[in-house]
Amino acid sequence: MTDPIRFFLDGAEVEARPGETIWQVANRQGIEIPHLCWLPKPGYRADGNCRACMVEIEGERVLAASCIRKPSAGMRVKTASERARFSRQMVFELLLADQPRRDAAHDPGSRFWQWADRLDLSESRFPRHGAPAPDRSHPAIAVHLDACIECTLCVRACREVQVNDVIGMKGRGYHEKIVFDFDDPMGRSTCVACGECVQACPTGALMPASLVDVNGLYAHAPDREVDSVCPYCGVGCQLTYKIREDRIVAVAGREGPSNQGRLCVKGRYGFDYVHHPDRLTEPLIRKEGVAKGNVAIDPGNPYTHFRKASWEEALDAAAAGLKRIRDAKGPKALAGFGSAKGSNEEAYLFQKLVRTGFGSNNVDHCTRLCHASSVAALMEGIGSGAVTAPFTAAMEAEVIIVIGARPTQNHPVAATFFKEAAKQGKTLIVMDPRGQALARHATLMLRFKPGRDVALLNALLYTIIKEGLFDKQYVAAHTQDFEKLAEHIRDYPPEKMAAICGIDAETLRHVARTYARARAAIIFWGMGISQHVHGTDNARCLIALALITGQIGRRGTGLHPLRGQNNVQGASDAGLIPMLYPDYQSVEDPGVRQKFEALWGKSLDPKRGLTVVEIMDAVHRGEITGMVIMGENPAMSDPDVAHARAALAQLEHLVVQDIFLTETAKYADVVLPASAWPEKDGTVSNTNRQVQMGRAALPLPGNARQDLWIIEEIARRIGLPWSYGHPRAVFAEMKEAMPSLNGITWERLLRESSVTYPCDSETSAGHEIVFADGFPTPSGRGRLVPAAIVPPAEEPDGEYPFVLTTGRQLEHWHTGAITRRAQVLDEIEPEATASFAPSELRRLGVAAGERVRVSTRRGAIELKARADSGVAPGMVFIPFCYAEAAANLLTNPQLDPFGKIPEYKYCAARVEPVAAKAAAE
Amino acid sequence: MSEPENFAFTPENLERAKARIAKYPAGRQASAVLALLDLAQRQNGGWLSRAAMDYVAHMLGMAPIRVYEAGTFYTMFHLRPVGRHLLQACTTTPCWLRGSSDVVAACERKLGIGLGETTADGLFTLIEVECLGACVNAPILQVNDDYYEDLDGPATEALIDALKKGEPPPPGSVIGRRGSEPVGGATTLHEVAAPATGEEA
Repeated sequence: MTDPIRFFLDGAEVEARPGETIWQVANRQGIEIPHLCWLPKPGYRADGNCRACMVEIEGERVLAASCIRKPSAGMRVKTASERARFSRQMVFELLLADQPRRDAAHDPGSRFWQWADRLDLSESRFPRHGAPAPDRSHPAIAVHLDACIECTLCVRACREVQVNDVIGMKGRGYHEKIVFDFDDPMGRSTCVACGECVQACPTGALMPASLVDVNGLYAHAPDREVDSVCPYCGVGCQLTYKIREDRIVAVAGREGPSNQGRLCVKGRYGFDYVHHPDRLTEPLIRKEGVAKGNVAIDPGNPYTHFRKASWEEALDAAAAGLKRIRDAKGPKALAGFGSAKGSNEEAYLFQKLVRTGFGSNNVDHCTRLCHASSVAALMEGIGSGAVTAPFTAAMEAEVIIVIGARPTQNHPVAATFFKEAAKQGKTLIVMDPRGQALARHATLMLRFKPGRDVALLNALLYTIIKEGLFDKQYVAAHTQDFEKLAEHIRDYPPEKMAAICGIDAETLRHVARTYARARAAIIFWGMGISQHVHGTDNARCLIALALITGQIGRRGTGLHPLRGQNNVQGASDAGLIPMLYPDYQSVEDPGVRQKFEALWGKSLDPKRGLTVVEIMDAVHRGEITGMVIMGENPAMSDPDVAHARAALAQLEHLVVQDIFLTETAKYADVVLPASAWPEKDGTVSNTNRQVQMGRAALPLPGNARQDLWIIEEIARRIGLPWSYGHPRAVFAEMKEAMPSLNGITWERLLRESSVTYPCDSETSAGHEIVFADGFPTPSGRGRLVPAAIVPPAEEPDGEYPFVLTTGRQLEHWHTGAITRRAQVLDEIEPEATASFAPSELRRLGVAAGERVRVSTRRGAIELKARADSGVAPGMVFIPFCYAEAAANLLTNPQLDPFGKIPEYKYCAARVEPVAAKAAAE
Repeated sequence: MSEPENFAFTPENLERAKARIAKYPAGRQASAVLALLDLAQRQNGGWLSRAAMDYVAHMLGMAPIRVYEAGTFYTMFHLRPVGRHLLQACTTTPCWLRGSSDVVAACERKLGIGLGETTADGLFTLIEVECLGACVNAPILQVNDDYYEDLDGPATEALIDALKKGEPPPPGSVIGRRGSEPVGGATTLHEVAAPATGEEA
């Protein structure tokens, strides 16, 4: 740390902190200096190219750009000398010459025009040059380079902040031009539409397409703004809705701890689903005598199968059915699926409804389908299912491992930090059977054989133990069962594992040494680890890697399962899990149960409940006959979805609470129109353990109601005298049940928007990094659990020679219920595709874009083939968000024995070309 | 001509590329971008396809956009196909004063193309360039890597005829001037023996 620098700013002696520029000191002193190419936001480097911020420095021949110039001791800077002001004025006048007239501006409120106003400039004496043609090829972003001043903020946004490397500067001198890739139309470039450039542009040359009309004129100006959190992934980006006449017209990134102002295409352009005509606006009751089982109902017109009902009637019908089954067949004949897309308060009330109203622990949610195995391994190993460090810790690591995760698609804003870290020279090791965008930034890319994670990871453990690279002190002080692991791992030398996992022994040893010897190393993983029958074993290996090397509990180290849904962390914390009460307290522990019985004033079921897939099986067996499903879509998301749909059809009574008539709602007896995320107040917890405040921004459409109100109304009708009224009251009760919320109050969240747990007090910041000194296990030590190789449940054979793997795409969320109703997202990725290696397509005799039939032992779908060199030959990848070609009709419902998570990432499939004639029929 | 889909260095060029990359310290491979683009352009018939730039980007671990930026910045990279003989006429002041307009006009007349155009047979592309740095022998026409100097209209036409026949004359002054000696021969240092021509090569 160097000492502060004292210098003179407009005659007054001031102090610059180390690294501060003249502009920053002036800004701190309240002295205004115009600026265009300088954006004082996290991640933006000063470039000093636009010359709008020139100041005079005594004794220097020329003016200096204050945004980039650092003061030296004793320097005398004049920010407002005649010469400096004249120069700045001239810069603006020159720029103004080529701008579209203000009354024809794309953004008359742009930073350029704001400064022009302050400089009292509205006309230029200089001649105008020809204007480049507009580029409206992208559905979300309008490009009008006639307003471009070539300040390169968009280049830095794309290259340095989001690290997407799409925008560049073409040519030289007078022919210089901002381009997308090789001067491609933006809509056909490799742009991922994160919109960072749009947010950075100071002139309106890049605009949200929603804010300009067809002629490029500014339109739909927002009339108010509301701060909230993004509803998509577990990153939990803070954002600001820009609203006009109660419609979201644009979204801006806010400086939250996890996103620092950044967003991705979903968070920025995926909000018009809220206003989609398919929104449910009236309670619905299935018409008499209309059979279940038809998913071809038009979600925009449910009246073919349902009739409109009053809230009173619908709620009475919903509750009466549940009560009837409970009272006739007992509590275990009912079950509920909550949602990781709702708020913490909703999740908490929902599990309380099932536990105290239905009387069993048959409550689960989609965490079962994503990280259940990771959580099982983490609970067993280190006594906590949450991450040990935020993903931003990657910036402090020396080695970063990303395995079985594709963050550029699924956690795009988290990925920006990984890419940035790699750019700074940190070692990024990506392990994934499929090639991916992160690979370009990676030091090493290990494309191992699908389903062979344990072989790969055990080879790493073998090397670390065999070569004595483990942290002996850490192992002695903080772990248990090291000897067992060391004994077990002897059978897994890299030479032997290389043949199984497809990565040569030398590379395996190199990775092991790199990770073990790093000063700080961190591991990130996703569904590629968890969604296997050996998902828990995969996670056990990762935990063992961190524990034996002591790469946990310090800055830049840790274990981070990237959580999928925006509130899957919070919903799990709140107890939407059949074996756990809020804060992961076991339902089978009598002491814990007594505590909750006292808190809730009800006696509780002492046995753990059934999980998602187990509930569907129990329906088939006739043991469960009534369900409430809130905001989940098992008719799309369950493995072997035909089986799940048959179960839904078989239910005697199904109540679905959702914003659209999802595939699941089509099986309902009663459908309750609920609230979308921008319509409600509530808290959510992201993958970094940051509890964040979501704020209602829009009124509910039609007769739709708040989810919390709906849960409460059902509760009242089945005998629970609830009267929470506002999520605030629910949050207050949650605090009584959940020590993890210590130090976090509703008021504090309103004030600060985000607080990390665990947190010591209401006045201190939360602990980002946990387990510096032991673990919350009974022994206080981290447990090492050896994992043996378990092959995937269904291997390819002569009949089904392909490996089918499923997942997501950048533009679509989960089952597509909301993103396929977001115009921009659906326009970018409008239809289902199956991706193959180009060589595989040639072998099949299928051209990209032609239709193929993909079948497994469970079902078959037809969809277009797509060439993707990231997919290995012999593999096919299908995203699961397309109802018209539902990938989960194909997937294998075999479960991991510990996490009860299905094997979405691996099953055997057959691929056949579909003859053109057959496709035309 | 449509953009080719693929590009890869020949084994010889791959070796050359590796040698170029090896000149820079680890982690600084991107410094070799101009050398590799030049190699690629030569291999690719005198122009850089997008596939070639993508190939170089991949080889150097660079984002393609960074390579496109370099490729579009430097005028010696050609981003569209060029003829087998790329005629670069210098029209900067010294060449202009010494008759570069006649050189350009001769090319245009002889080839039936204008500046920036390529003949239908794909043999010639004519472009105008800034100073080629050989003003003493102005005007200059650069044909691929060779300079033809002291040109006028008829000499330019003769040069083009020779190129068409596949018999390119030796590069240098077309009026037999040696180096930048005065047109009428040396005026000073007569006593210094001129080196034998064999040594010059």
